Amino acid sequence: MTRLAFVNAQLLDPATGLDVPGALLVEGGRIRDWGPRLFHDGKPEGAETVDCRGRALAPGLIDMRVFTGEPGSEHRETLESASRAAAAGGVTTIVVMPNTDPVIDEPSLVDFIRRRAAATACVRVLPMAALTRRLAGETMTEIGLLMEAGAVAFTDGDRSIANARVMRRALAYASTFGALVVGHAEDCDLSEGAAMNEGEFASRLGIPSAPAAAETIIVERDIRLVELTGARYHFGQISTRAALEAIVAAKARGLPITCGVSANHLTLNELDVGPYLTFRKMKPPLRSEADRAAMVEGVVAGEIDVIVSSHDPQAADTKRQTFAQAAFGAVGLETLLPAALLLHHNEQASLPHVLEKITAAPARILGLESGRLARDAAADLVLFDPEESFAVDAGALHSRARNTPFEGRTFEGRVHRTYVEGICVFDRAAQHRTAQA
Amino acid sequence: MRGVDGPILQTSHLLGAASLSVPEIHALLDLADEYVGLNRATERKRALLKGRTLINLFFEPSTRTQSSFELAGKRLGADVLNMSVRTSSVSKGETLLDTAATLNAMRPDMLVVRHQDAGAAELLSRKVDCCVVNAGDGAHEHPTQALLDALTIRRRRNSFEGLIVTICGDILHSRVARSNIILLSKLGARVRLAAPRTLLPAEVERFGAEIYTDMREALAGADIVMMLRLQHERMAGAFVPSTREYFRFYGLDRDKLARAKPGALVMHPGPMNRGVEIDSAVADDIEVSVIQEQVEMGVAIRMAVLDALARGLPREERNAP
Repeated sequence: MTRLAFVNAQLLDPATGLDVPGALLVEGGRIRDWGPRLFHDGKPEGAETVDCRGRALAPGLIDMRVFTGEPGSEHRETLESASRAAAAGGVTTIVVMPNTDPVIDEPSLVDFIRRRAAATACVRVLPMAALTRRLAGETMTEIGLLMEAGAVAFTDGDRSIANARVMRRALAYASTFGALVVGHAEDCDLSEGAAMNEGEFASRLGIPSAPAAAETIIVERDIRLVELTGARYHFGQISTRAALEAIVAAKARGLPITCGVSANHLTLNELDVGPYLTFRKMKPPLRSEADRAAMVEGVVAGEIDVIVSSHDPQAADTKRQTFAQAAFGAVGLETLLPAALLLHHNEQASLPHVLEKITAAPARILGLESGRLARDAAADLVLFDPEESFAVDAGALHSRARNTPFEGRTFEGRVHRTYVEGICVFDRAAQHRTAQA
Repeated sequence: MRGVDGPILQTSHLLGAASLSVPEIHALLDLADEYVGLNRATERKRALLKGRTLINLFFEPSTRTQSSFELAGKRLGADVLNMSVRTSSVSKGETLLDTAATLNAMRPDMLVVRHQDAGAAELLSRKVDCCVVNAGDGAHEHPTQALLDALTIRRRRNSFEGLIVTICGDILHSRVARSNIILLSKLGARVRLAAPRTLLPAEVERFGAEIYTDMREALAGADIVMMLRLQHERMAGAFVPSTREYFRFYGLDRDKLARAKPGALVMHPGPMNRGVEIDSAVADDIEVSVIQEQVEMGVAIRMAVLDALARGLPREERNAP
């Protein structure tokens, strides 16, 4: 049985808020033991030692919102390339969206994703299935069968379901199985043709835009529908203060609602679109500074449950367009951790608090056993230096697409190793040696 | 005029009124004034741009602007190539930047670009080696239109200081309005905007202009009345309920014009929708309408812009055998 002894680590368990120096033992792909005094009486026989040199050892990240191009547009991203990007970003579980071609809307396709992932991906891949067939927003999918096939949640990805009646029935039916529904809040009609957030800046740039209310309207509608149906509902990502306020009020009423925010919306605002930078065109659009600040406050206050990368790889030809014609989306798996850590470095939240949003919280919402340092839990781990700074270099990304909104930006927080079930799937030093050779 | 060949512009492109300084604007207007004289003479051709290549790259059809640039280029001696790119070839998979790369390989000296999307000229300017002139990008800017409007006004009024300019109509979709708000404000004019709420951009209050939804109020005491074209597809219920309702409240007729200052000038960037935003009786009244004069100033301004940009072009390399 393979044994791995991590020594000289800063142990971080976001689930319990623990942050202590110590050691951790992995045996047969599972966490056997950990603690400040582990190995004080000597290391176990035959264990391979990993000297963490004081770096942080935490549960691997769980990213609840990842788009890939497999099946259908593998030139953008495959499950394999997304998994390598994930590993390089310390992400050990990616939840992939059904927005592919074909759409993941039937059990055999969920099975396809799982088989492809098992054969090619180096991190865990959990598929979400479509909530409506072909993401058309008209008829619901086979939620029960899809769950049996392994779908962890149901969503139309980056599309809102325009018809409230369809949404109501899908939610009611999903609640029959206790299924989690993940919604995208953007009114289709108000945001039709829009490329950025409505406001002075969009008006000056002359870019078609949609108001923040396009998000609030759907958030408020869906809250009412959750009230009617009792379905478990997660807003995949929100971006406005008004939406957050509505969700906070709904949670206070005891509704089974949670929400996420993307690392992009915590770190960038509409002004970052600057001179028509299409790599910063995304859905929902980058918002006002007041909204961005509200998102940060929401994470700090625990009102926003998870942080996601909203990783959305786009090929160069669809981004090298005018702003109105360019594709939406930005890659983010490799910058999720450092972008989230900005809250820690800006002294707005503790390190465990930030990590909880990308480990234990998504695990709780998805009902996963991972996302924490627990005895006998799978050894999905990330070893990183929270203080080490680096500049984002699009050319060095592992993702097949290079559309990062952070090119050239300096972040603090660098992943050194990533383990999935005790197996090292990313080692920066080894990669560096290979590059030099 | 500052010397025959003195530099006029700080930048090697003309992308918008936003990047022009007041001295630059006046220098361009001074130069254009000279070209008005030249254009009115019998022998109008100059050799200033001899051997230079100007490409008119129009992704959106525009007879008026394209021929104005063509004439300007030819009168200065440049070789002018007109390229009309239909949207269909873009949908065939060729991106704007593919087109740019192709054109760049032909080594033009100047690229005049009109595109339906905001930021297109800016995007091109980052990818080509020649001067780029924005001839209209989506709802963003149309700097030569604002310059020719300023020239028309300056030749009639001498000073912009305190001049009340009322811009009426589809402000939301108008690059002409945006460039004029920026340029005329810089020159010291007071800009008013008049439109129904559906045709005003979000947070337009922060543009530095005075906002009116009542056109009669907006016209009170105005020195200049600038009308904007309302596109056909926006008339039938999407932004305004009907053309007749629009004309009733926002069309310029003699009655509304009477609110403006006596002798106020009426302008329109063309092409006009008679009976929609402007009454023929006003448009054709040579006592108040300077619409035809705007077209004449257009050629002169574009000559001035091409001249100014050409001064920044490398010379030795081009003259080498």
